[in-house]
Amino acid sequence: MSALDAARDHFLALHGAFTATLPREPAWLARRRTQALDAFREQGLPHTRLEEWRYTNVTPLAKVPFALAGPPARPVAREDLEHHAFPVFACSVYVFVNGRFAPELSAATQLQCGTRVASLAALRRSDPQRLPAQLARGVEPKRHPFAALATAFLDDGALLHVPRGAGAEQPIHVVFVSAPGPGPAVVHPRVLVLAEPGSRLTLIQDHVSVGNASGFTNAVTEVEVGAGAAVDLVLIQREPDHRFHVSNLAVNQERGSRFSAHSFCLGGSLLRNDASVLLAGEGAECRMSGLFVAGGRQVVDNHTLVDHAVPRCTSQETYKGILGGEARGVFRGRIIVRPDAQKTSARQSNPNLLLGTGAEMDTKPQLEIHADDVKCSHGSSVGQLDPEAFFYLRSRGLSASAARELLTRAFAEEILRALPAPALADALGDVVQGRLSFAREGALA
Amino acid sequence: MADAMLELRGVHATAGDAPILRGVDLVVRPGEVHAVMGPNGSGKSTLANVLAGRPSVRVTQGEVLWYGRDLTTLSPEERAREGIFLAFQYPVEIPGVANLYFLKAALNAVRKHRGEPELDAMEFLSLAREKMKLVQMDEKLMQRSVNEGFSGGEKKRNEILQMAILEPRLAVLDETDSGLDIDALRVVSGGVNALRSPERAMIVITHYQRLLDYIVPDVVHVLAGGRIARSGGKDLALELEAKGYGWLEQGAGAR
Repeated sequence: MSALDAARDHFLALHGAFTATLPREPAWLARRRTQALDAFREQGLPHTRLEEWRYTNVTPLAKVPFALAGPPARPVAREDLEHHAFPVFACSVYVFVNGRFAPELSAATQLQCGTRVASLAALRRSDPQRLPAQLARGVEPKRHPFAALATAFLDDGALLHVPRGAGAEQPIHVVFVSAPGPGPAVVHPRVLVLAEPGSRLTLIQDHVSVGNASGFTNAVTEVEVGAGAAVDLVLIQREPDHRFHVSNLAVNQERGSRFSAHSFCLGGSLLRNDASVLLAGEGAECRMSGLFVAGGRQVVDNHTLVDHAVPRCTSQETYKGILGGEARGVFRGRIIVRPDAQKTSARQSNPNLLLGTGAEMDTKPQLEIHADDVKCSHGSSVGQLDPEAFFYLRSRGLSASAARELLTRAFAEEILRALPAPALADALGDVVQGRLSFAREGALA
Repeated sequence: MADAMLELRGVHATAGDAPILRGVDLVVRPGEVHAVMGPNGSGKSTLANVLAGRPSVRVTQGEVLWYGRDLTTLSPEERAREGIFLAFQYPVEIPGVANLYFLKAALNAVRKHRGEPELDAMEFLSLAREKMKLVQMDEKLMQRSVNEGFSGGEKKRNEILQMAILEPRLAVLDETDSGLDIDALRVVSGGVNALRSPERAMIVITHYQRLLDYIVPDVVHVLAGGRIARSGGKDLALELEAKGYGWLEQGAGAR
């Protein structure tokens, strides 16, 4: 039996035990859970013969006999999280430890202007009829085996509901903390955003770790952006370098809505992100930017899909990769323009910087255009630091290492500056800086 | 006469794999302004890059001495800290690196080497403001990325501003006049002239005599075929303007 098959059976066995703990839930949710489990059973863990998984081998993940994450061996204290907080904001913070909402670590402020945040587990137990029907509807289990697995194990997570016309500029910070338990554990963080027409939300979805917890994070985020609503999502992955992290993001945009995603892949041994945006209403605008910084033997794989289903929508996508050591990066950016989606404007770019000869990048744009009155462009590149710029900086007295550091940071700067708040760019810049050092050290070794 | 700051003895150099300099001799003392003229391809920029330490330019024969020490063993940054400054013919655009931040880092690297205390952000800003006046540089440009979206004239002014801030002992200006209109030329050469001092030497590389109306040299050299074919006073520049370079190139080829 292959490691992938064994892992499937292992997850199915875990699910048997998990089912016994489930409370009664609405029929529609139970059905989605069953469908997801069936879809996972059918697909199992993806192998590299699948086009979508050609460059990313999940065997290392399959070989670990994960338990379902439980309470941490040592409770997480507020102080443990302090260095992950963004003190520049007086923002509301909602903390989940090993997938479970931790109210004692969370703090809501008045500044969230009507946005309601709830724990999905609490809602499932206390008031299951109020669970929104959009839950587990956005991701397609038959196409994403890991999302199927996450939905089968759906337990806790954050529900963010912004009523019509409500919302604030101040971000809401949702932190998923992994903390050590008895052994390596799998956790399924979940986020559902419902932004009603004309509302606005900035959400920071942050994956961190305390005590170097080993394990596997398998996250699903679903976002519904109502007509004329604006949602900015900042997704930060900064878990330790021995953790596995798979995420699925599914966004649905209605007429005249605006959505931006800012993805930062800054830690983990194997990261795979699938982000898909459906432009379902005319005049919707979507911006996706991503920065991945990897060193050592990390693997970072970003797959994106922008589906222009209707006319007059705009999408703009920039993913940048910085790879040192023997890291591997993958970017696959798919854009579909449906036959009716005239006046579409779609742009995509994926420049990558290799800091050493051991690093590797596979980039593949994929445009499927079925309408004729559209503007679409894409570009990707894989290169080293510009030798002219490097010499210029040194000719003014900067050391080779300082020049390299400055140029590498400059490459990342565009993605930081695209963040919805400059203060966030500064705070996250420090985190990025730390990763750049790691990637560079790997490059010199 | 003062001791030599820079001395080139029979320098041969290649750019990439092509041999360009074929035996250059040159002595520069503090306070002197040398003009180096010559036709395209004569090796003017290679000479500038030999001094600045561009990695693609290699000295294959001869000696380059900086106060009697072998300059070729020093990295570009060590040369900059020692006080050698190259104003680039084509200043590089560096998106994402803020001009002010870069200049402060550069100045502090140089000051550290000189054993002077580093400047903090406020001290640096007031120094930079003062020097910006010298080249009539808009402060907004300083907040932007290095040379990004600058016009040709703004880029050259930025080079002179950097020179004014770093206060080098030897400034090498590589075709600083190229691409400048007459107003920009006046501003740039005004900045250069303000930096002339008995302690500082300059090597002004140019294709045209025009620049030397503004920056008056002590010595004029004509580079042809990778060698200094003639040296003389500032009148040599006028002679070249009248006669062109042809007669010198023929002479260099015959040797």
